[in-house]
Amino acid sequence: MAMDARDIERLIKAAIPDAHVEIRDLAGDGDHYAATVVAESFRGKSRVQQHQMVYAALKGSMGGALHALALQTTIPDGR
Amino acid sequence: MSINQFIDQQLKSSDVVLFMKGTPQFPQCGFSGQVVQILDYLGVPYKGINILDSDELRQGIKAYSNWPTIPQLYVKGEFVGGCDIIREMFQSGELKGVLKEKGVELRERAQA
Repeated sequence: MAMDARDIERLIKAAIPDAHVEIRDLAGDGDHYAATVVAESFRGKSRVQQHQMVYAALKGSMGGALHALALQTTIPDGR
Repeated sequence: MSINQFIDQQLKSSDVVLFMKGTPQFPQCGFSGQVVQILDYLGVPYKGINILDSDELRQGIKAYSNWPTIPQLYVKGEFVGGCDIIREMFQSGELKGVLKEKGVELRERAQA
């Protein structure tokens, strides 16, 4: 099962409206992606909490329909 | 014993615990293998637990940490991160600091 990059971006933005999302399809197979998510909402949160916000946005797709999403989360203008 | 009790017990028995696919000697997933390489490089003593041995554990560890993927690294009972976070922390030098801060003794390595 695979997921479209636009669907991933849409889900993340729906849950984290201030997110700037950049997605790369690593293998061209619609199954291995790298995402960079920049959001002010991440401020004051640990990396684990930031990633959990993104995983929650994907509503269980991570580890299921979405096999591999290399994730990097950052706050605008560094930390 | 419930699966959560089993996980608690594992986390209490070792300072650094890696839940992974495969074993430190034979990782069966590239993401697990990357974390193994980082821990070995830093000389971190750790216990690797193969979640492929038990479907109950495989699901249980995801619920335990509210984290959907494997590997998962725990230091002194606290979930530190999965592959992406560990790699990022390693590259920035932060991981070594966290381990030291938490009192994990790193093995002596030959200096390059």
